[in-house]
Amino acid sequence: MPEIRVTPLGAGQDVGRSCILVSIGGKNVMLDCGMHMGFSDDRRFPDFSYITRNGRLTDFLDCVIISHFHLDHCGALPYFSEMVGYDGPIYMTQPTQAICPILLEDYRKIAVDKKGEANFFTSQMIKDCMKKVVAVHLHQTVQVDDELEIKAYYAGHVLGAAMFQIKVGSESVVYTGDYNMTPDRHLGAAWIDKCRPNLLITESTYATTIRDSKRCRERDFLKKVHETVERGGKVLIPVFALGRAQELCILLETFWERMDLKAPIYFSTGLTEKANHYYKLFIPWTNQKIRKTFVQRNMFEFKHIKAFDRAFADSPGPMVVFATPGMLHAGQSLQIFRKWAGSERNMVIMPGYCVQGTVGHKILSGQRKLEMEGRQVLEVKMQVEYMSFSAHADAKGIMQLVGQAEPENVLLVHGEAKKMEFLKQKIEQEFRVSCYMPANGETVTLSTSPSIPVGISLGLLKREMAQGLLPDAKKPRLLHGTLIMKDSNFRLVSSEQALKELGLSEHQLRFTCRVHLHDTRKEQETALRVYSHLKSVLKDHCVQHLPDGSVTVESILIQAAAHSEDPSTKVLLVSWTYQDEELGSYLTSLLKKGLPQAS
Amino acid sequence: MAAHLKKRVYEEFTKVVQQQQEEIATKKLRLTKPSKSAALHIDLCKATSPADALQYLLQFARKPVEAESVEGVVRILLEHYYKENDPSVRLKIASLLGLLSKTAGFSPDCIMDDAINILQNEKSHQVLAQLLDTLLAIGTKLPENQAIQMRLVDVACKHLTDTSHGVRNKCLQLLGNLGSLEKSVAKDTEGLAIRDVQKIIGDYFSDQDPRVRTAAIKAMLQLHERGLKLHQTIYNQACKLLSDDYEQVRSAAVQLIWVVSQLYPESIVPIPSSNEEIRLVDDAFGKICHMVSDGSWVVRVQAAKLLGSMEQVSSHFLEQTLDKKLMSDLRRKRTAHERAKELYSSGEFSSGRKWGDDAPKEEIDTGAVNLIESGACGAFVHGLEDEMYEVRIAAVEALCMLAQSSPSFAEKCLDFLVDMFNDEIEEVRLQSIHTMRKISNNITLREDQLDTVLAVLEDSSRDIREALHELLCCTNVSTKEGIHLALVELLKNLTKYPTDRDSIWKCLKFLGSRHPTLVLPLVPELLSTHPFFDTAEPDMDDPAYIAVLVLIFNAAKTCPTMPALFSDHTFRHYAYLRDSLSHLVPALRLPGRKLVSSAVSPNITPQEDPSHQFLQQSLERVYSLQHLDPQGTQELLEFTIRDLQRLGELQCELAGVADFSATYLRCQLLLIKALQEKLWNVAAPLYLKQSDLALAAAKQIMEETYKMEFMYSGVENKQVVIIHHMRLQAKALQLIVTARTTRGVDPLFGMCEKFLQEVDFFQRCFIADLPHLQDSFVDKLLDLMPRLMTAKPAEVVKILQTMLRQSTFLHLPLPEQIHKASATIIEPAGESDNPLRFTSGLVVALDVDATLEHVQDPQNTVKVQVLYPDGQAQMIHPKPADFRNPGPGRHRLITQVYLSHTAWTEPCQVEVRLLLAYNSSSRIPKSPWIEGGEMAPQVETSIEGTIPLSKSVKVYIMPKPARR
Repeated sequence: MPEIRVTPLGAGQDVGRSCILVSIGGKNVMLDCGMHMGFSDDRRFPDFSYITRNGRLTDFLDCVIISHFHLDHCGALPYFSEMVGYDGPIYMTQPTQAICPILLEDYRKIAVDKKGEANFFTSQMIKDCMKKVVAVHLHQTVQVDDELEIKAYYAGHVLGAAMFQIKVGSESVVYTGDYNMTPDRHLGAAWIDKCRPNLLITESTYATTIRDSKRCRERDFLKKVHETVERGGKVLIPVFALGRAQELCILLETFWERMDLKAPIYFSTGLTEKANHYYKLFIPWTNQKIRKTFVQRNMFEFKHIKAFDRAFADSPGPMVVFATPGMLHAGQSLQIFRKWAGSERNMVIMPGYCVQGTVGHKILSGQRKLEMEGRQVLEVKMQVEYMSFSAHADAKGIMQLVGQAEPENVLLVHGEAKKMEFLKQKIEQEFRVSCYMPANGETVTLSTSPSIPVGISLGLLKREMAQGLLPDAKKPRLLHGTLIMKDSNFRLVSSEQALKELGLSEHQLRFTCRVHLHDTRKEQETALRVYSHLKSVLKDHCVQHLPDGSVTVESILIQAAAHSEDPSTKVLLVSWTYQDEELGSYLTSLLKKGLPQAS
Repeated sequence: MAAHLKKRVYEEFTKVVQQQQEEIATKKLRLTKPSKSAALHIDLCKATSPADALQYLLQFARKPVEAESVEGVVRILLEHYYKENDPSVRLKIASLLGLLSKTAGFSPDCIMDDAINILQNEKSHQVLAQLLDTLLAIGTKLPENQAIQMRLVDVACKHLTDTSHGVRNKCLQLLGNLGSLEKSVAKDTEGLAIRDVQKIIGDYFSDQDPRVRTAAIKAMLQLHERGLKLHQTIYNQACKLLSDDYEQVRSAAVQLIWVVSQLYPESIVPIPSSNEEIRLVDDAFGKICHMVSDGSWVVRVQAAKLLGSMEQVSSHFLEQTLDKKLMSDLRRKRTAHERAKELYSSGEFSSGRKWGDDAPKEEIDTGAVNLIESGACGAFVHGLEDEMYEVRIAAVEALCMLAQSSPSFAEKCLDFLVDMFNDEIEEVRLQSIHTMRKISNNITLREDQLDTVLAVLEDSSRDIREALHELLCCTNVSTKEGIHLALVELLKNLTKYPTDRDSIWKCLKFLGSRHPTLVLPLVPELLSTHPFFDTAEPDMDDPAYIAVLVLIFNAAKTCPTMPALFSDHTFRHYAYLRDSLSHLVPALRLPGRKLVSSAVSPNITPQEDPSHQFLQQSLERVYSLQHLDPQGTQELLEFTIRDLQRLGELQCELAGVADFSATYLRCQLLLIKALQEKLWNVAAPLYLKQSDLALAAAKQIMEETYKMEFMYSGVENKQVVIIHHMRLQAKALQLIVTARTTRGVDPLFGMCEKFLQEVDFFQRCFIADLPHLQDSFVDKLLDLMPRLMTAKPAEVVKILQTMLRQSTFLHLPLPEQIHKASATIIEPAGESDNPLRFTSGLVVALDVDATLEHVQDPQNTVKVQVLYPDGQAQMIHPKPADFRNPGPGRHRLITQVYLSHTAWTEPCQVEVRLLLAYNSSSRIPKSPWIEGGEMAPQVETSIEGTIPLSKSVKVYIMPKPARR
């Protein structure tokens, strides 16, 4: 029985370190290769030794697919390909291919330069790793080898995020990566056709949440910023460099444009500039509005948003600053925060979740006095706002995607076990498909019943057509032929042709059967009686009486002979070939009943 | 056997063809004109290859064919059809047959037999499909002939089993268009089997080809459109199609479900997997709501649009569309809207500023949460958040329609509409503001909602701001703080965008008159009066101060206690504003002042209205007194014209009628005056000066008639006849005068010819109205037409002259509704002393903003004219997108005009004005063949002349010489 096996090495009942192994139709595919933010020891990367203890990964894996550029989906890639050793193809979309190395380099710098870790991958390794990448376009079917093909679908979430369909023969798996079903200011909504895969592997970050309309959130955000700026206050928005930052930029930029506001907006420099450049290039990956208007003006060429300089933080008057990092734990955002925290006219807006222990988390939980390094106490007078802009599908969105793709099975990854439980139950209830949620290292095995295409020779088909009525889609039809399996393709041909192709000679298989008849007359007469009887019964068949005294029905031969011992009993010898089995056995049973009395 | 039969059919066939050839031969002889069919025949015979033949056919298709020669052409085509082996040529012939059978005045029943005949022997699927299309054209041409329709339906049913989807498509289309409506009629037509068309079409809902499925649904919809009542059983079939793999099918299925739900709203359907039952319209509503989150945006648009017209749906279901049960970690959460509402009702104002403000509250029972509801849950929430703005607009429109029919729903959807004011696409924002305006009778804005609405006043788009002003004109505000807030924001808007002045004043006018009691407590604060101290008198020219006064004065109109709060200078300012801005400031009953004009009570119907009576009477007087001596007639006309003009100024609702009739009378007056000239009695060459007068009169009459014809909306055909008649008279006058003043006969020939052509044209266009023109100039003229045709110019002139003098004064029937087109240029205002400087040779863009009233089809008719001081005139055609339509009969032109000139030494003024371009031939109906497809329509946009539509505005410009 063919089967699909799925083993999460990361992201099984967990968020972070996405890495899922899929074996389908004899092919092994690795989906994503991420790192875990929560660990800084060996656990931050997936355990690749699970794949093969000894022996090269390249021999075992057919390809690696990266869904998008977030580090928890691609962070372990240079380690995996250069340090563990993998030389096969790595597939990702073009924006991911462009932005991924920037983030990896940034990650490397923090790990090596700041934390001083040894035995970490080098810049050269990142470059070498990216050389193995093959870019795929949306909806392009890429043939990895003769049997394995992959296809990318739009996923929203971040620029270049994609869902992948992996297909071998008629079996297929869809991996969603992270996706978003509600469009935002710069990206569209995820979309998939009714591809009916055997298995849908979906993320489930917000398995138990149904979100409010994004418009309220946007309006609130804009209103807060606008009010503060009108009061002459400064707004600090700590962000991560990519993804949400661009959405917020577009949001503010258009608002500034609409309202004709003059207060400056700054974006702290760094990798952002490079990233913004890519955003400008990959317009086809953005949403309808940006795609339609980029001919007049590329929305990512910001008119009101300028690069930030350290000195600007002290200049008077209102301004809005986007600064990294997002959790206010270090770097520029913290510096600016310390400068501005004292005035109640200013405001800080946290657009995302903050990890415990960071300054961001402290101020969000209402702490007004912060102890900084060097026993300094910082009193926070500025207003603190929390605004959630998340780009994952909520429970309704996940259900919507499952409904669109119509899979046979669903597998949940990238979420918390407890929340998955709820969603699993819902999916099973609503769609009546089985749903799995394996933990890391746990293998799910699905048996599939793939349909196997068989080629039929035209001659055979035509012969069948001539015999019967037109094929009816709703009824199965019986057909005689020979199935030839050769080089993993299947053909149905007529037996004569099969014999010819295989160079075999035909064996004749004949059944003979003796039927004893009580009849006192001569053999010839008996034969004649048999003939007339059969003629009257089998009206559709060609019954002939041959001159040598035997009777033929189609190709079935019937000879009458006197019994050697009992002359009043005649022996009917019935002989038929294997092909006429049906008719032959019918004839014997008919003859066994005896002949009707002659009148 | 079958082969034998086929052979026989072919044999019969060939015979038929031969007979036809003979027929054609006789026909050809009879035709007097060079026959189209003959030419075609020769061409086709010449063709050596299929490609050649195709070329000839294509060429042939470019020219129209008259109704009388259609049949001949059809015969020729059919003959070639039988001979032709190439399917592409046969295809073209088949399509030509369809086109020809659409020709007006040709009855295609004679070619139907042939068409059906060739259909039976056709092998190519494409040609088959085309032939069925031809049959459809024939069938639609003969809607009364039941027998033919039955036969066609029969043919269609026969070919439904074809293997090609194209053929099946066409068959279904045919069934949809021709399937019989009444069964009783079907019975007695030659015993043809009665077919249940719906059943047949319904069977193809499960066809294997999606295109055929779509065609089947479309055919069903077509049946519905033709008035056949669909069975309710179709509903279940259609519901299955909602989960089809193909978007066209789903989109059509949504439509079908909508149709059925409108037909059987009250029938009861069971809910699957439970034993409850609901109304069909509710069920359909739920299903269509579900389609709002379909994978294809085409379907989503379709679904969102249709939701708007399902008014019978129960309010319970309707309100669910706005409800998306929020949760976070399995705990119920309130939406931001609910929170805002709660804050408001608890009396607190600003929103909480702590994290976890939206913290989830109670735990949710996991079993009860239904993630994809079958019901309508949150359909609009999804629709309004959609990626494609087409879907969002459709959703807003649907919201508008539903809210108009249900006040409680209007109240609920308000939050969502307000949210749409922040959409990223301007069109959507604008649409939602308009929607809000439309439903504003049903709603009262809460303060926090008003706050969001007012925030949009800062939008840099003028359209948005103006739409918002319109919205504020008709909103209800609940508190006095709300009014204050609105005023503050509007004043802020005024300082930021001073050009919005008029719109803001107008807005405040309505805001004041709607909420007098809310304005009352604000008055001291707004006027900054103090109980003890006199405050400084504000600047009278300050637009912001005027804005405040407009608000207060309009509120004071229905609030008699308010004037007591005014200070002295306020009264003075009132007097000033009442005169200068009388359209914004109403008459107030102030102490110590008498009210100048009392308003006319509005409930007088036009017939009882004395001014209307006056108009009627004065017109009747004129028409009855036509046989008075010329002097008296002239005087009466002059007086009446004066009266009418004054009446038009006084009564704006009668202005159109009064002006229209006055113009007509003026034309008549001019004509009479011209005919009274002495030149008629004296030898021609002596009176050149007078003839100038007569010529000028003729010219003026022409101009006035063009104005009458094109500048008034609501002019009907009977008026057009009179106007054209008047123009004809003017032309006759012109001809006579010219004849008398020019020597030599040669130029007259041309003029006479032209005039007679005009008369002929008049007769052709208004043949139906001629009986009404008894005794008129034209009536007599047409009587003498045969004589005129052969007469010499001098004789023609003589006849015309006598007839013109004898002609009577035609009574001009007044149309029901008539409005004079007018336009005002708001911008440029023409007040600026600063010249617009630009480098010569380059262009400068001048913003033009104008309002147009009662202009029909402004996109094609309104032009901008720029007159340079050197006499050079330039006409600019504004883009169709520059016209906006803020209300019925009103248009707004906002465009940019590019000016350029060579260098000047001094700044100088150019004149900008609007013109109305007209083309008198546009009223003439077009020939039907032109509409028939491939033929390019003739260019209709040519301009015959222009009428000035607005006063000209002077713009000071200065092209500087280019610096080297």
